[in-house]
Amino acid sequence: MSIQPRKGTAPGAQESAPAPRRSRLVDLTERYALLAVWALIIVIFGALKPNTFLTGANFSTIFGSQAVLVVLTLALIVPLTAGDYDLSVAATMTMSAMTLAILNVNEGWPLGLAILAALGVGAVIGAINGTLVALLGIESLIVTLGTSTFISGVVLWISNSNTISGIAQPLINAVVVNRILGIPLEFYYGLALALVLLYVFEFMPIGRRLLFVGRGRSVARLSGIRVNRVRWGALLVSGVISALAGVLYAGTLGSADPTSGLSFLLPAFAAAFLGATTIMPGRFNPIGSIASVYFLVTGITGLQLLGVQTFVQELFYGGALVLAVGLSQLARRRDAPQGE
Amino acid sequence: MADAAPPRIALRGLSKHFGGTLALDHVDLDVLPGEVHGLLGENGSGKSTLIKVMAGFYTPDGGELAVNGKPVALPLHPGQFRSVGMSFVHQDLGLVDSLSVLENLRVAEIVNSQPRWRISWRRERARARETFKRYGVRINPDAAVGDLKPVERGLLAIVRAMEELPGDGGLLVLDEPTVFLPKEAVDRLFALVRDAAARGTSVLFVSHDLDEVREITDRVTVLRDGVSVGTVTTSETHETRLIEMIIGRQLAALSPAAPAEAAQRPIAMSVEGLRGEAVADVSFRVHEGEIVGITGLLGSGFEQIPYLLYGAHSAAAGRLQLGDAAYDLPRLTPSAAIAAGLALIPSDRANDGSVASLPVAENIALAVLDKYATRLTLQRRRMRREIGQLMRDFDVRPDDPTLPYGALSGGNQQKALLAKWLQTQPRLLLLDEPTQGVDIGARQQIFERIRVTARETGMQVVCASSDYEQLALLCDRVIIFGRGRVWLELVGAEATKERIIEQCFAAMAAETVGVVA
Repeated sequence: MSIQPRKGTAPGAQESAPAPRRSRLVDLTERYALLAVWALIIVIFGALKPNTFLTGANFSTIFGSQAVLVVLTLALIVPLTAGDYDLSVAATMTMSAMTLAILNVNEGWPLGLAILAALGVGAVIGAINGTLVALLGIESLIVTLGTSTFISGVVLWISNSNTISGIAQPLINAVVVNRILGIPLEFYYGLALALVLLYVFEFMPIGRRLLFVGRGRSVARLSGIRVNRVRWGALLVSGVISALAGVLYAGTLGSADPTSGLSFLLPAFAAAFLGATTIMPGRFNPIGSIASVYFLVTGITGLQLLGVQTFVQELFYGGALVLAVGLSQLARRRDAPQGE
Repeated sequence: MADAAPPRIALRGLSKHFGGTLALDHVDLDVLPGEVHGLLGENGSGKSTLIKVMAGFYTPDGGELAVNGKPVALPLHPGQFRSVGMSFVHQDLGLVDSLSVLENLRVAEIVNSQPRWRISWRRERARARETFKRYGVRINPDAAVGDLKPVERGLLAIVRAMEELPGDGGLLVLDEPTVFLPKEAVDRLFALVRDAAARGTSVLFVSHDLDEVREITDRVTVLRDGVSVGTVTTSETHETRLIEMIIGRQLAALSPAAPAEAAQRPIAMSVEGLRGEAVADVSFRVHEGEIVGITGLLGSGFEQIPYLLYGAHSAAAGRLQLGDAAYDLPRLTPSAAIAAGLALIPSDRANDGSVASLPVAENIALAVLDKYATRLTLQRRRMRREIGQLMRDFDVRPDDPTLPYGALSGGNQQKALLAKWLQTQPRLLLLDEPTQGVDIGARQQIFERIRVTARETGMQVVCASSDYEQLALLCDRVIIFGRGRVWLELVGAEATKERIIEQCFAAMAAETVGVVA
């Protein structure tokens, strides 16, 4: 597996010196460093721009506007945990939003039915990815790179490259208009989904199977896990959650456009890998993913309020991705002592 | 051995700790010029740490090094071992499979030498031929290293290391070079080592194979728990004495095998007409509670049997009868095999047996996850508690279930895997090289556990191994393979190490002249 995101390499037959146990302090530092840095940048921006940064409206914007990215990141960490990349999450999201818009606006379907159809499209895409990867044994990176581009083409085709607006108001209300504690409801949807995934990853047997499939495919197979079925399922789930992100995206904008969603891919990867360095270092984890999304967005928003130009967003996400992968490599290396 | 000359290398008071653990505790070691010096010890005794300090990989806490009587400051810089006249062959040999023999042989020189405008491959090739000739090794310099036989790879690595030694012979360090080699390959390797020693090279031979150490070394130093237990002259020291030095106690006698009795019990499992990539038409039967060894020379196909029976490699044909149930082997998958009551402990612990970066508890629990699952939730606390108990039960040390699996020593890793699978109460346990990289103390515990479980629960055991001594110790019956077929069975007292070796070669020889058993 040449491009496994994280595959434990193990000491072979040679003796290994006993692993030094880390102190509790180091452990805690590693877990919560990201949260501490997050708090620190809030304090810094707050001090520099108390009137614009430290306002309820700003935080409401930060939390609300990024719920789509949160959900997309959560879609991504499922196949990543199982050792597969899904580069098609952003395209699937766009496809889902566009499907919803066309059916709801152009075809006049009721909203509920249009949402179900959008989620169904995500499931179909996930199933196709899963079949190509797990059953035909093609590298997931290649498969999803291909399907991603293919889906983007389909979106342009069915939309005639137009933005479709006029999505039914109830969806917009349920996503961005209605608020709890001043934060749009979509934030809570992302949070709820993260808690569900946390439960599945940590407290259900399938979470353990997912983890072993990702870390040691051969071990998993010889332990009786149906590896291909798990990988197939992970990609299916990724497709459905991406489609859910698409529904939220359509609700956020009140419309669907054929291209803007595609720019979510890199931030989602950055947040997923950065999330794997915190809360539960060394593992892709939902809470870490959420924390990373908001950490990155806080930084970007703060810099923009200081008057830094919009290109800072690209610098931030790109840099964070490379840094995060580097850090999670270090965490992994520490977890698998190589005879010291 | 020249008594007057100073030692080729002398280590004094070498110490090294990792966290709270002392891996080396004031170790002394002298290797004399032209001597083959063994370094023995269990996994985790500090052998590797010692070697890595000598290679400049670790910084010791304290200690002194003298080379030919001249003090050398520790720690060595990376690569400095070359200039003080040391050369290393590590267990993984350090060869690049995708490059040619020639490129591998000259890699150090090509990478390290003065910049050159052009490498004359013709001249390099001629030099390589000449080098191989000097050592009496026949390897094609243009072959890809990945295509070489294991023995050729070993020889290449050693020739390369010897070429780097200085004129006075220097010190050649061999770190478990024979682990993956069949016996005849080991002999060729040893011939090379003896030649080198005769020409004045000192050799430090690190191993946990007692027979090999006794065969090749002049003196032996034994490490235990980071302490040097002593240095003895090999020819004057009895094997049992060496074992006592290694494990720090006398060996408990294994419970005696009862082969005649095993053969009288009913047949519990049979294999009919198994065919696969490397095996043709294999059939055999196993009695209830019987431990059957399967062996042969490398390439005779025996090593495939556990994986074919488990559905891990796909068989072309064959049936497995287990009790009343019959299974079609080409259609068997590992998950179906587990459901049928099979368990497999593969030889490649690092890739097939475990995930080193995940905790021991999760590795062990993987086989029985459903046991800890209620309708919705995994009972993590109960899992951790029960796995901890299981680890104590199997004497896995340390018995901390939250430790990463990779932090355990080889012997303890294998005990943990045995615990993982025996807790499923299998009806048929398949083993492949169960004690590879396992120290002698743990080996005994593993054998005893398998014995007792087979006797008490009537579990059948099929053990593939090329360690003939181990088979003789463990098995009620040994089946010997030659070129993909069953050649012969040795029952009970017949199955001695010598008989097994003899028959492995007989199986091979018979087939080369076209006789089929």
